[in-house]
Amino acid sequence: MAAALLLFSFAGCSSSNSTVEVDAGPVALRRLTAEQFARSIHDVLGEHITVPSRIDPDDRRSGLLAVGASFSSVTPSGFEKYEAAAAAVAEQALDASHRDELVQCLPATVTASDESCARTFIERVGRRLFRRSLTAEETDARVDIANHAANTLRDFYAGLELGLMSLLVSPEFLFRVEAAEPQPSDPSTMRLSSISMASRLSYLLWDSTPDDELLDAGENGDLVTETGLATQIERMIASPKLETGIRALFSDLYDFKQFDDGLVRKDSALFPVYTQTMVEEAKEQTLRTIVAHLTSEKDYRDLFTTPETFMTRRLGLVYRLPVPTASGWEPYTFPEESRRAGLLSHVSFNSLHSHPGRSSATLRGKFVREVLLCQDIPTPPANIDFSIVEDTMGELRTARDRLEEHVSNQACAGCHSLTDPIGLALESFDAVGMFRDEENGAQIDTSGELDGISYDDAVGMGQALRDNPALGPCLVRSLFRYAVGRDPEAGEEALLEYLDERFAFASYRVTELMREVALSDGFRTTSGPREAEQNGDES
Amino acid sequence: MKRFDRRTLLRGALTGGAVSMGLPLLDCFLNEHGTALAQGAPLPVRFGSWMWGCGMNPDRWTPSSQGPGFELPIELQALDRELASGGKLRDQVSVLSGFDVHLDGRPNFPHTAGLMGTLTGSLPLQDYTVPAPTLDTIIAAEIGGSTRFRSLEMSCTGNPNQAYSYESQSVFNAPEISPMAMYTRVFGPEFADPNAGPFTPDPRVMLRQSVLSAVKSDRDRLLQRVGAHDKDRLDQYFTSVRQLEQQLDILLAGPPALDSCSRAPAPGAESLGAEVGQSVSTNQLMASLLSFALACDQTRVFSMMFSDRISGLRQPGSSSQHHQLTHDEVLDPDIGYQPEATQFVFASMEAWADFVERLAAMPEGDGTLLDNCLVFAHSDTSLAKIHGITGIPMMIAGRAGGAVKPGVHVAGATSPTTRVGLTIQQVMGLNTESWGSRSMEATQPVREILT
Repeated sequence: MAAALLLFSFAGCSSSNSTVEVDAGPVALRRLTAEQFARSIHDVLGEHITVPSRIDPDDRRSGLLAVGASFSSVTPSGFEKYEAAAAAVAEQALDASHRDELVQCLPATVTASDESCARTFIERVGRRLFRRSLTAEETDARVDIANHAANTLRDFYAGLELGLMSLLVSPEFLFRVEAAEPQPSDPSTMRLSSISMASRLSYLLWDSTPDDELLDAGENGDLVTETGLATQIERMIASPKLETGIRALFSDLYDFKQFDDGLVRKDSALFPVYTQTMVEEAKEQTLRTIVAHLTSEKDYRDLFTTPETFMTRRLGLVYRLPVPTASGWEPYTFPEESRRAGLLSHVSFNSLHSHPGRSSATLRGKFVREVLLCQDIPTPPANIDFSIVEDTMGELRTARDRLEEHVSNQACAGCHSLTDPIGLALESFDAVGMFRDEENGAQIDTSGELDGISYDDAVGMGQALRDNPALGPCLVRSLFRYAVGRDPEAGEEALLEYLDERFAFASYRVTELMREVALSDGFRTTSGPREAEQNGDES
Repeated sequence: MKRFDRRTLLRGALTGGAVSMGLPLLDCFLNEHGTALAQGAPLPVRFGSWMWGCGMNPDRWTPSSQGPGFELPIELQALDRELASGGKLRDQVSVLSGFDVHLDGRPNFPHTAGLMGTLTGSLPLQDYTVPAPTLDTIIAAEIGGSTRFRSLEMSCTGNPNQAYSYESQSVFNAPEISPMAMYTRVFGPEFADPNAGPFTPDPRVMLRQSVLSAVKSDRDRLLQRVGAHDKDRLDQYFTSVRQLEQQLDILLAGPPALDSCSRAPAPGAESLGAEVGQSVSTNQLMASLLSFALACDQTRVFSMMFSDRISGLRQPGSSSQHHQLTHDEVLDPDIGYQPEATQFVFASMEAWADFVERLAAMPEGDGTLLDNCLVFAHSDTSLAKIHGITGIPMMIAGRAGGAVKPGVHVAGATSPTTRVGLTIQQVMGLNTESWGSRSMEATQPVREILT
């Protein structure tokens, strides 16, 4: 395996002159997620395009779509959908009101082929979609299609549509190719090629295809030099597109795609306030809170205690809080009497980690342990006697009553004692996140403890979480996994520890962490292409 | 019309034939009418699976006697329906009880082990993983090549990530969740009705083929730049490209001449979700569309997930889902089962009966479409309360073109569920002598249901 030395030297941090040895893991093709597919199309072909949302579903592995993307392929029905989507996209991109701006040249006649205009278009748009310049053969094949189709259909733009389609269904667009090459300084070790770095950076920081300047830097070899790489990272972090990158990171980590897909459903009789529009706003509230907090360089950990957020009047109904602005968003601070602070008191989390008809202290606690603290919670054993949690006399009125039955049983206690004390603090929020003091007529007790820190309620639990030593390192690990599209290898643990220190030293500023990760040898080097996937069975 | 004439027509339609594509050649399927299914040939035999989650109550679901003419137990009363085509539904369905999933010391991952053991013949080493290809994809690989769609996958819970058709862990055939989307996919503008006048090929279909051939020409360049893991994934991608090419070939060849084929009526209003009423209605709409799709030979393989393995079905106004009820609800000592959870068993069996009834309602040849189908119903558990994987409930509907004898109850006496999968593969014409791994390996088909 490749061993590489990593040297950190960036402005303002010269005190840390650390050297960490990194044995980086493998690279693999990464299929665009549905969101990246749509965003790349919008960036290259126009914001007006409605991109069909039903393509092959993304694969979530190790809790991230970004990891699943290194394993997904394209099934027959998936390819059928990609092809239909490509046709729909190409038609809109080249419709009469948008074609001139996109094509940037005029054909000699609109009723026949025009080789030179078609070629210019395919080369320019193809470079953005394939994230590198097309080879002569690739361009020729597309120009031929466009010419033949234009002459057949007697329509230059209809021909161009087919040429564009052939870019959009190509594996070079649907998969990001991460290519390894030997390091000139030590050819026994591998690094990502400069042009592969362009895509890696772009999807990490912007969650979209590289712009022309980044592609230029990639094709000039700048992204395998220290200064060239640092220059582009600074430019990208300063760009407003960083906000998109931050949103994408947290949406993936928190599995917010479930909201977009309409999969967070609640019983309409029990929760009449719950609608798809409302819950999409709830998701937006959380993402706006995260982006505003992190782009103003605040401490990541304070996300779990901050009363600062954003609000709409529709959300105000769920929070039972007055919202002055009649339509649209306003910055908002949860008043103390609302007994809410931090992301975990948001409607989004409490709806997502609940059942359709009731809250779930276990699911909420599991989310905190697994996603925010990176601790594994095993799945329940198969042949347990569930009769112990049956409510035989109808006396188990609150979630705590029911769950305490678990903790009194040895087989269940191991896991439930990890999850439930966290989740029970959130029991004051029902399955849609509305506040309540009682369940089935019994007072709800929200007290508990997290790794030795006691609290009385959700606000106190947020504070305990904020102060938990595992919180910062967990984000480091998650961001690293998101950036490289796989779980860390043993040879990367030292780098993660180093990044933990750097994150703490940077007062837990996430943009600083993103910069550190992008500059690290975990991000820039590799052991080479991944070997064939192990399927778990069977000989 | 002769094939030569059709080529000429295509050339004309393409005004000079500027696209440098070979004409689609499907000689092996064509008769002189240029249809993809020779007239007079036997009707195709189709295979499909139908899955419901969280099992049943073994004492109330299992018939008390074996062979034909068994008395329908309480949880199978849904099969006691009169068919419009005559006879009873129960006589179209065989019941398979007492077949087990054997763990060989591997963990009984709740709801996963039973499902994967039955559908793939292997037990997973990790939870939520797929150890081997599912039965439907094994059969589609063999018989799916001559139809427009190699297979159709459907689900009734409104979640595009939930269904159980996998070629491998990474190759998941995502289901259609919306009857309207399914209608558009199969019966949209590309569909040609063989009984609705002369067929005119669409010149755009050939242009789409030229797009695909450009993509294929990228193949070698790309394969040079990737490792073994990615080669596998790209092979799958290019297999999918070829599949679409074939689909376009079949569209250009014109529709197979099938008397019972007509365009399905557009489905009515749909409501997607896992409230039991929504799933029941989606199942009915999908079954109806599917019966038309099969009658038009658009596919010969399908899979349907009525409810997921950890069944999220629920009644409106209830705070608990089906799965939660199977664990939390009191087992009433007077009656011996969980009354609220059991309502979902009844609903599932009614939905299964709806599904089979729709296939039996489509006339075909001298009988019905169901006569030329083999539909395999199964669940992930027997008694869900304890995640039971002994006596996984299974049923087979249809006659598979005469190869299968319905209306029989077979008790498996603890033999592996894979015997059923083996039987199905043999009936569908595969040369499979054994199926499954370790003690799930089956070598004996269920002869009691064979003719």
